[in-house]
Amino acid sequence: MAEGGFTTGTVDGALVLALHGPWTIASAPKLDAALDRLDARGIAQATIDMGQVETLDSAGAWLIHRTLARLAGAGARTETRNVPEALAGLLARVAEADRPVELRERQHGALYNLVEHIGWATLTFFRETRALTGFFGMTVVVILRTLARPGRLRVTATVSHMEQVGLNALPIVGLLSFLIGVVIAYQGADQLRRFGAEIFTVNLIGVSVLRELGILIAAIIIAGRSGSAFTAQIGTMKVNQEVDAIQALGLDPIELLVLPRLFALVITLPLTALFANVMGLTGGALMSLFALDISPGAFLRQLHDAVSLTTLFVGLVKAPVFAFVIALVGCYCGLKVQGSAESVGRLTTQSVVESIFLVMIVDAAFSILFSYLGI
Amino acid sequence: MAAEPVIKVRGLVNRFGRQVVHDGLDLDVLRGEVIGVVGGSGTGKSVLLRTIIGLNRPAAGSIEVLGRDALHAGEAEAKELRTHWGVLFQEGALFSSLTVAENVQVPMKEHAEQISPKLRDELARLKINLVGLAPDAGRKFPSELSGGMKKRAGLARALALDPEILFLDEPTAGLDPIGAADFDSLIRNLQQSLGLTVFMVTHDLDSLHAICDRIAVLIDRKIIVGTLQDHLANPHPWVQAYFRGPRARVALGA
Repeated sequence: MAEGGFTTGTVDGALVLALHGPWTIASAPKLDAALDRLDARGIAQATIDMGQVETLDSAGAWLIHRTLARLAGAGARTETRNVPEALAGLLARVAEADRPVELRERQHGALYNLVEHIGWATLTFFRETRALTGFFGMTVVVILRTLARPGRLRVTATVSHMEQVGLNALPIVGLLSFLIGVVIAYQGADQLRRFGAEIFTVNLIGVSVLRELGILIAAIIIAGRSGSAFTAQIGTMKVNQEVDAIQALGLDPIELLVLPRLFALVITLPLTALFANVMGLTGGALMSLFALDISPGAFLRQLHDAVSLTTLFVGLVKAPVFAFVIALVGCYCGLKVQGSAESVGRLTTQSVVESIFLVMIVDAAFSILFSYLGI
Repeated sequence: MAAEPVIKVRGLVNRFGRQVVHDGLDLDVLRGEVIGVVGGSGTGKSVLLRTIIGLNRPAAGSIEVLGRDALHAGEAEAKELRTHWGVLFQEGALFSSLTVAENVQVPMKEHAEQISPKLRDELARLKINLVGLAPDAGRKFPSELSGGMKKRAGLARALALDPEILFLDEPTAGLDPIGAADFDSLIRNLQQSLGLTVFMVTHDLDSLHAICDRIAVLIDRKIIVGTLQDHLANPHPWVQAYFRGPRARVALGA
């Protein structure tokens, strides 16, 4: 395909640009560079002759307009000549569209951006905390109201959620706890063998699994699995305006959407954690048998000496609290979804990160509390 | 202006499962015209558009765009062919992670990489002005725009490479009557000044009346093309119901 171009000449002391060929976006890069090289200084009179232009598109028209404007800006009188009738409209339209447009945000220095970023993050943190606390309060009020009239609790929905967040999570929670038990037994045996204290591997497994790991593994998996599902479910309902419809019908989204999920999780997480404990101990016992030759009978006897029922309860008492935190954050993030599907994705991620973070914080708080109480 | 066809569809067949949407459909779109495609729900208006632009492979038939076989073009030729048309999807389909200006520059960066960054900025500015967006729209993200502005930004992106053919999928759907009328006149104005051929799927009787040179009616898995007068004279019951219904009578002033 022929390229567009132009020749420069001087007629009676005036600059004449004679354009030819197609002035289209395909030729634009070369034309752009060539026109940029044109020296506009000291030209009193400039003429653009368009008689030989074959085709013109808006990119070509823009280059012509830009050149005319630059020559005029340098003090030249400008004119166009032999403009084909069909192209005059386009030139006029492009000239009319020469208005400033902000293409990007004003650029600031790195320090400015850093300070701005820290400021925003701080503000967001406090706003989030405040909003989540508010949501917590609202939920508690609705729970109390529901306890006063238990008939209002959606039993079917609660049971269905119990199946999804409890029963369906058992295989993955069990497998992971089992493996954690195996790993602790293996690592503990390696270290304790140096002191000839292999038998205390059982104490290590018993205490760590029952007090901390069983419930933590269960809580983290449920946060990743069910907390995110809560956000995605409620968020999608928000996008589809189902939540608006619930409110418009005079119903309470917290009672309808949050409470069944909350109760389901508070009931099932302790059970899931108990299951995780059993699987963790099983993994530990199996590894003790293979690595340390501790028979299952000996394992149970040593376990009986090492842990008491208190150890189990210290672990399990945390489960309902973790469940509450995970369900609260999951539902809160879901209700925070606004408008687009993109926001569902963003808040699902946020929900998982926040709920795991809060679970860890609460766990640390429990540790401090128990050490004060001497448990 | 010579009335050569820029899009030539012959014997097009589209089916989904056992449902036949198009059965031996023929269509010519002439250079420089605005053609409006109408039809009931499920008659395959959008499918026809998607088939012509290569997003949907037909079961049979041939499609020629600008004299080239669009269905059997090689990879490079198909890519090159795509620079000759612009598409405005229903909701604008802007890339949500990019600003409006960056959206407009995407086709330039991909298909015309020799264009200098400076000229790219100038052209983005030009397109944003041509579609009538506000001066501060360039740096905004799609989520900050109203529905009408999204469509204008989508139009600016469709026009980025100065295409010869513009495909519009229900350009005025979801706009208020004033916005829709503005958009109609914008399309007409751009079509005339940029010399575009416009292929427009629409339900908007006002648009049909205001800016379409010819109207293509999808009916019985085929297409009937003609001016508004031709369709008014067509005895087919659906055509009569469409162009002579109560809403049509008001819009068309018939």
